[in-house]
Amino acid sequence: MRTWLYKADTSLSPYVYISPFFILFAVFGLFPLGYTAWVSLHDWSLLADEHSFVGLGNYSALLADPYFWNALRNTLSILALSTIPQLILALILAHLVNRPLRAKTLWRLGLLLPNVTSVVAVVVIFSQLFGRDFGLINWLLESFGLGRIDWQAGVASSHVAIAAMITWRWTGYNALIFLAAMQAVPKELYESATLDGATAGQQLRKITIPSIRPTVIFVVIVSTIYGLQVFAEPQLFAGGGPNGIIGGPDRQFQTLTLYMYEHGFNRGFEFGYASATAWVMFGLIVLAAAVNYLITRRIRSSR
Amino acid sequence: MRAWTRRLLVPIMVTGLLATAACGSDEQPTGNEKITLNVALFGDFGFKPLYEEYSKAHPNITVKERISDYAAHHQSLISHLATGSGAADIEAVEIGYLSSFTATPNRFHNLLDLGAGSLESQWLPWKWQQGLSTDKKTLIGLGTDVGGMAMCYRTDLFKAAGLPTDRDVVSKLWPTWDEYVATGKKYKAAAPKSYFMEASGNMFRAMVEQAPTGVYDDADKLIVDSNASVRKAWDLTVDAIASGQSAKLAAWTPEWSAAFGKGTFATIVCPAWMTAYIETNAKDAAGKWDIAAVPGGAGSMGGSHLALPKQGKNAQAAYDLIKWLTAPEQQKKIFKATGNFPSAPSLYTDPDLTGFSKPFFNNAPLGKIFTASAQAVQPQHQGPKQGDVFNTIGAGLGRIEQNKQSPDDAWKQVLSDVAKLG
Repeated sequence: MRTWLYKADTSLSPYVYISPFFILFAVFGLFPLGYTAWVSLHDWSLLADEHSFVGLGNYSALLADPYFWNALRNTLSILALSTIPQLILALILAHLVNRPLRAKTLWRLGLLLPNVTSVVAVVVIFSQLFGRDFGLINWLLESFGLGRIDWQAGVASSHVAIAAMITWRWTGYNALIFLAAMQAVPKELYESATLDGATAGQQLRKITIPSIRPTVIFVVIVSTIYGLQVFAEPQLFAGGGPNGIIGGPDRQFQTLTLYMYEHGFNRGFEFGYASATAWVMFGLIVLAAAVNYLITRRIRSSR
Repeated sequence: MRAWTRRLLVPIMVTGLLATAACGSDEQPTGNEKITLNVALFGDFGFKPLYEEYSKAHPNITVKERISDYAAHHQSLISHLATGSGAADIEAVEIGYLSSFTATPNRFHNLLDLGAGSLESQWLPWKWQQGLSTDKKTLIGLGTDVGGMAMCYRTDLFKAAGLPTDRDVVSKLWPTWDEYVATGKKYKAAAPKSYFMEASGNMFRAMVEQAPTGVYDDADKLIVDSNASVRKAWDLTVDAIASGQSAKLAAWTPEWSAAFGKGTFATIVCPAWMTAYIETNAKDAAGKWDIAAVPGGAGSMGGSHLALPKQGKNAQAAYDLIKWLTAPEQQKKIFKATGNFPSAPSLYTDPDLTGFSKPFFNNAPLGKIFTASAQAVQPQHQGPKQGDVFNTIGAGLGRIEQNKQSPDDAWKQVLSDVAKLG
């Protein structure tokens, strides 16, 4: 009896110890995912008691809707406008704080500050900066003799404004991840480079970036995933009126999540359709992750 | 870890609500047991001092209030209704959302079963009707305020543009909306750098709300494409945009709020509840804003009801509270504190209400103006997607304002977008 218990203990206990993660994942990860898929196959209005099965009808309607493609275009454009400057800035910042500095910890902590600020606060401040009539940026433009910009009205200008908010929040965070990777790069490389007369810029390009390439790819993929789901920034930027649902009268800055929100929480609460949108977004994100995996594998094999 | 949580965020956002389904308790209160009633509102309804008063008379009742903004409030209400738990005992519903709930009233307590039937005469008939389900058998909400309309205007800007400033004379400038737009053209000619109205959408909406039928006919069929009053309102609004009268401000943005104080625009369609926003947004502009009659006679924009979600366990206690909160006496107190105009016609002859004025608006007789407006309202049928339809048309006007489309193209897109709402 005791040996049996002992055996059971040694063989089962490890599973019990790791089970909380899997149970939580099943409840909060797998189940919602599966349930969303099920909902997406129905004409599922949130307030109706009957939900008729429509098969892939929601998906075909979605793919035929020009506003969906518009939202996808906007999302990709904001993604590119936010991710690229974000990564370049983060690399430069990480490189700077990786050098011998006074009050190193203070600088490094400072990098994280924009990230711990609530997204709502960031958007409210930036919306005022990008205001049409009383915004600081337009005031600056005007004092340099340039014209005012109605930031929300234009496609490009609204994307730039939203990308600026995302860049502001995430640059420091990514810089810290880069910094962690940079500290693993052997110091001797820099020492000999310095002896050979390489400048700081050359050291960044020739030593740092090649050494931390896997981390760069990790950061790219994480930023991509966040960028594909950007919601609070465009929604709050529009100011709480109907523009916060469709992203401006011409849908100039409606992202995919806003599109999903438009259908899920307005227009008769079409949750079936919104769920289909969620699944298409999930597919896009998986696709982005797969591309990342392929690239990483290639880099490994090229070594 | 971060990648992980983010990847799951979207599906969780949508279905997390559904996953955490009903886990309420089944306690039935009896007699004088302690009861806590939750009240969920958007913005401040001015109820706070009233709860204390109520608890004094009913020591077993404690009221907890939670306030969020307009959109967030209604969205969480909808998700709580769908999941069957999480809604407050008492929920405020704005008219833009009310019609979608009266179309499927099964998730709310029928107030007629709780004894509301005898109260009907307390409310303006159309306010009462708005809370009734399509088959008239279920009442889901008791009316709070009505958005009787007026026109708020800046006396300093009117003076600078050579227009009269006295509110009675100003009211005579625009008996109709055509004359309002004509006045705007005069204003624009005298003050080319200033704007006559904050945005064109409100003007359009006011005109449609005043018509005998709006965007839906009585059978809940969308008639945007065939209703001549909608088209007339659209054309007149387009005319106002073309003559540069609109400041093109999107409501509820920081620019919009700031503009009240800075005097960017001269007039705004002013339902009673708007007066409170003007006062808070333009603290430094006291005495510069005044109130005249709205063109076209009268009409209501906005207004709310209090409803009891079926998942609430203390239906009777909650009903007693909303019955008290929406009684004329309490509505009067709320009006004086917040400007939200009562839906109880018995007050419209009460000198205490009709004589009410506010120093901020040059002592404009708010009570008199809004009473006249509320009394003249011709009830209009509201369809299930009322709010979405107005947002869709508003976006069309926005595209013209932002020079994205010609008026004809904008109208075509509005019609096809509205048809998709079907």
